[in-house]
Amino acid sequence: MNRGMTISEKILSAHAGREVRAGDLCIVPVDGCMATDTTAPLAIKAFREMGGVRLKDPSKFHLVIDHAAPAPNERIANLHNLMRSFAEEQGCALHDVGSGICHQVMVDHRKVRPGDVFMGADSHTPTYGALNAFACGVGSTDLAAVMLTGKIWLKVPSTIRVVCHGRLPEHASGKDLVLEVVKTLTISGATYQAVEYHGEAVEPLTLSQRMTLCNMVAEMGAKTGIVSPKGLTLPYDFLSTDADGDAVYARTVEIDASRIRPRIAVPDSPDKVEDVELHKGTRITYAFIGSCTNARHDDLRVAADILRGRHIAKGVRLVVAPASRQVLIDALADGTIQTLIEAGATIINSGCGPCVGSHEGVPGDGEVVVSTANRNFKGRMGNPNASIFLGSPATVAASALHGYITNPGL
Amino acid sequence: MIRGKAHRYGDDIDTDRIIPGKYTKTLDIGSLADHVMEDLDPDFRKKFKAGDLVVAGDNFGCGSSREQAPVALKAVGVSCVIARFYARIFFRNAINIGLPVLEVPGHDIRDGDELEVDLSQGIVNNLTSGRTYESTRLPKVMMDIVSEGGLVPYLKKHGDYILE
Repeated sequence: MNRGMTISEKILSAHAGREVRAGDLCIVPVDGCMATDTTAPLAIKAFREMGGVRLKDPSKFHLVIDHAAPAPNERIANLHNLMRSFAEEQGCALHDVGSGICHQVMVDHRKVRPGDVFMGADSHTPTYGALNAFACGVGSTDLAAVMLTGKIWLKVPSTIRVVCHGRLPEHASGKDLVLEVVKTLTISGATYQAVEYHGEAVEPLTLSQRMTLCNMVAEMGAKTGIVSPKGLTLPYDFLSTDADGDAVYARTVEIDASRIRPRIAVPDSPDKVEDVELHKGTRITYAFIGSCTNARHDDLRVAADILRGRHIAKGVRLVVAPASRQVLIDALADGTIQTLIEAGATIINSGCGPCVGSHEGVPGDGEVVVSTANRNFKGRMGNPNASIFLGSPATVAASALHGYITNPGL
Repeated sequence: MIRGKAHRYGDDIDTDRIIPGKYTKTLDIGSLADHVMEDLDPDFRKKFKAGDLVVAGDNFGCGSSREQAPVALKAVGVSCVIARFYARIFFRNAINIGLPVLEVPGHDIRDGDELEVDLSQGIVNNLTSGRTYESTRLPKVMMDIVSEGGLVPYLKKHGDYILE
């Protein structure tokens, strides 16, 4: 009388070579791993200190220069060169300046596929759960161990099932839905657990919107986030993994997506989520469309549709960092970028940009920022004296247009 | 045995406040110590003495996967971190780099309390209040990594993970 399994239990069992359930410890082979310019230098150092000479499998290791790219100073320039020489020496992939944000690059280049176990030295690695993969964020030393052994030890997570009923209304997006889930589960509510998304509201979502849903499980403390493969279409054939009807969950959260209004996270925590309407009129000086959460082609198009033929408000700067080179190419081809520039936007290179406060677009003291990113902790964008609101691309574009927080639906 | 003063912080202390992202791109560990906790407590460097403990509530180390957060705490001389529970990446990172971290679910340690910690037994004595707390036990693989002093020495010795 074996009970059914969650998506995480199925993917980890397939990799462990035996049936594993929530709470079991297992060692699993890793199908792909990745590190960025924040995490790779320490990982390379730890790999060498472990006695590492050659990567276990160079075809499965990816280096991405995205967090402070191009380098803002000589110290970071030297770290980038350290990554370049390591890639050259080991024969692994290096995605250099301008390639884009690590997670978008992995998906664009098909380095992660449905059913994979993927370890990324970046906390937003669960983003790949949109592809029905089991993906976790790890630190540099754990990643070094994957580079050396090709494996990782994991405790199989218990799972929170999030069922999204109904259809999202107009002007509400995957971002508004995930902000609602972060609010419901809180910043620590899914710690050590997997978040599994199901339901009528999720099935029609594009890969991009599914990525937004999985991306922000990091803001719930989750080990991974995975979307049910129902409705997922990819440009290649794949085997999908869905949960059994009698799978056992730690808890189930039901969300009526049809009632979701445009949402915004207020300073200084991503789980302090309220209706945009409550903050309508709050003056802003800085709007940012970027990050691994919301800077894909469809996100930029939403913004362009709002800004077409108009101009952002006086005293506001709108900074746009397309998620990857491919996103930039697509957004150039259909005129999205031109529309944004004509509306007064500043397009910066593909990468993490202002989200992490490392190099570009740091806000000044007392500034109010509205951003499509995932975190608004104090100091996140490089200045602890600025306030950061997090919303959807539609909310950020409309706010830039008016000079105060708003959404086209209000 | 570890003995030192508790520097008490609240819940949900994120890694941006432990070490801001703008300082993380470096292999100069000393420079991380210079900026540790600066957005959380600008006086931290003045108050903190090497060997003291950092004590927090729920979900310590949430947010970014940056290993620079536990590295910075270790570099400044934090002898042990005690929290009610941790964000998972921070917890793994701390164990992996050899920073002692104890999960003590119900503790009521206050700022300035004098603590004595027996890491091998997972026992915390609060010398100020007279209370004793027991930490959550780690899975064996983590205990093995801790007893080797971190994942680097563990893998240097074993070459691979050993579960059983």
